[in-house]
Amino acid sequence: MIGYLLKRLLLAIPTLFIMLTAIFVLVRLVPGDAAAVILGDQATAASLAALRAKLGLDQPVSVQYLTFIGQVLSGDLGQSLSSGRSVIHEVLVVLPSTIELTAIAIAFGLAAGLPLGIAAALGQNGWLDYVSRIVSLVGLSFPAFVSGILLLIVFAIQLGWFPVLDSMGTGLADHLRALVLPALNLGIIMMAYVMRVTRAAMLGVLTEDYIRTARAKGVGPVRLVWRHAFRNSLIPIITVVGLYFGTLIGNSVLTEIIFNRPGLGKLIISALNARDYTLLQGVMIMFAVCVIVVNTLTDLAYGLVDPRVKLS
Amino acid sequence: MSAAVAVVGELPRGRFLHAFSQNRLSWLGLLLLATIVLVALLAPLLAPHDPLEQNILARLEPPSAEFWLGTDSFGRDVLSRLIYGARISLSVGFIAVLIAMVVGTMIGVVTGYIGGLFDQIVMGALDVMLSFPTLLLGLMIAAMLGANLENLIIAIAVTEVAPFARVARAPTITLKQRDFVEASRSYGCGPMRIMVRHILPNMVSDVVVVSSLWMASAIRTEASLSFIGLGVPPPTATWGGMIREGFDNILDAWWLAVFPSLAILLTVLALNLLGDALRDAADPRSR
Repeated sequence: MIGYLLKRLLLAIPTLFIMLTAIFVLVRLVPGDAAAVILGDQATAASLAALRAKLGLDQPVSVQYLTFIGQVLSGDLGQSLSSGRSVIHEVLVVLPSTIELTAIAIAFGLAAGLPLGIAAALGQNGWLDYVSRIVSLVGLSFPAFVSGILLLIVFAIQLGWFPVLDSMGTGLADHLRALVLPALNLGIIMMAYVMRVTRAAMLGVLTEDYIRTARAKGVGPVRLVWRHAFRNSLIPIITVVGLYFGTLIGNSVLTEIIFNRPGLGKLIISALNARDYTLLQGVMIMFAVCVIVVNTLTDLAYGLVDPRVKLS
Repeated sequence: MSAAVAVVGELPRGRFLHAFSQNRLSWLGLLLLATIVLVALLAPLLAPHDPLEQNILARLEPPSAEFWLGTDSFGRDVLSRLIYGARISLSVGFIAVLIAMVVGTMIGVVTGYIGGLFDQIVMGALDVMLSFPTLLLGLMIAAMLGANLENLIIAIAVTEVAPFARVARAPTITLKQRDFVEASRSYGCGPMRIMVRHILPNMVSDVVVVSSLWMASAIRTEASLSFIGLGVPPPTATWGGMIREGFDNILDAWWLAVFPSLAILLTVLALNLLGDALRDAADPRSR
């Protein structure tokens, strides 16, 4: 297990480099350069040159790249152009609220999606299967901001059960009340996804010969599903849930905008509006790191679930 | 995934069509999509008003006999903007998927055919792209290039190249070991000819089967980017942009956000229904 773990961790290094390089290239796609965009048409040559020097844009690209990689690896994401504070500081201030939202959504998505998916597969073509297939397909078709807006209109504006704009209440009760709709919005979409994958994976396993053998041996239904079928469906489920993390991040950005919650999503939007490229770049790097961490955890989960993975 | 995809090429066309037509949901998807495409094509005939015509005296009017779905904060007819917005969503989604399909398939076939270290490096890089949030990648590209129609299409296409490359690569690896490919190689066919004439025709169906699901995803990304403000700039009517404007007036004019929301939902749902049915028909085991 230790060897497998080390190998997975080593694999994360090239992934990190590819992502950092991609972000470096993307930020330099700006027509002209960042300094010209930030200062606008009225800028004088002197102020342009000064800003270029400040951003390091007067250096050759290779030097810029090495400086960039060096700074990121030492944990320095630069200074925000709009607020002047360090990007790390800006990110850390709002990170807890994004983590809170996504963690609750993941917990809800798994807790509701797994049992529903298993139930749908066991009663294939029954009413529960039919309903869950339609629900999951509709859930998957919602862009997160569309479902968010509809939830907001129905439950916050029309029914008045939840606050509309005041997202972070003062007391704990207010805080939790403001969390319900955004977490539900993210969680339902995730549930649709988990349900669908679980159903498909379980259906694949349930037709295997060893399930019939186990049933013939007299294994009870609970043990059959739990020990024989579900365990063997876990690999595709983990793969897809791991891949879903990227979508979840995108959805959380949209959800934070709709429900006016502080978080990385709102930070991205304010960076976009202020043309704050260092902040935008910094937030992207943070997301890249999150994705790599989740990918590595997914790989480690394979090792835990399937003993064959460790050996190969 | 790869096993499921490999089956497509082997399935007789008649069985595929039969399985597809037996699926009730596939008909629902097809009908919905055909209606939306028709509405987009006939927009000038169907729209009761000019989608760009402003009417200061009729701002933020709720749905009425004159304006079936109400008016926005410039007094423009929401129904007409919705009808014209279908053109943007469908064409951006379609063109972006087409580009991603062509580029992704090319990459998948070439790397799958060459194999070895080259294949590992390219697919490794694409896997990294695949795990990065689609919306954020599109957002980054659109924000850097600047918000307009071409850049929006480029941004969405880039986010979908990797999945198409994956789908195209798997059957290529199986096909290149088949006897007929070996035979044409011994006849003196170059790698280019083998890839284009012998491998490509045998795996096009695999790629087409998944394209409907990815077009659904492209339309979702387009709407999300437009909502963020990185789509086709105003005053052009886009569904995502209309929701963005509706969101600013959400407390006093719910209809502005609700109707384009339903339009996006129905379009994506139609494509997903169709995509699901295509995939199930191609892989009988998943039914």
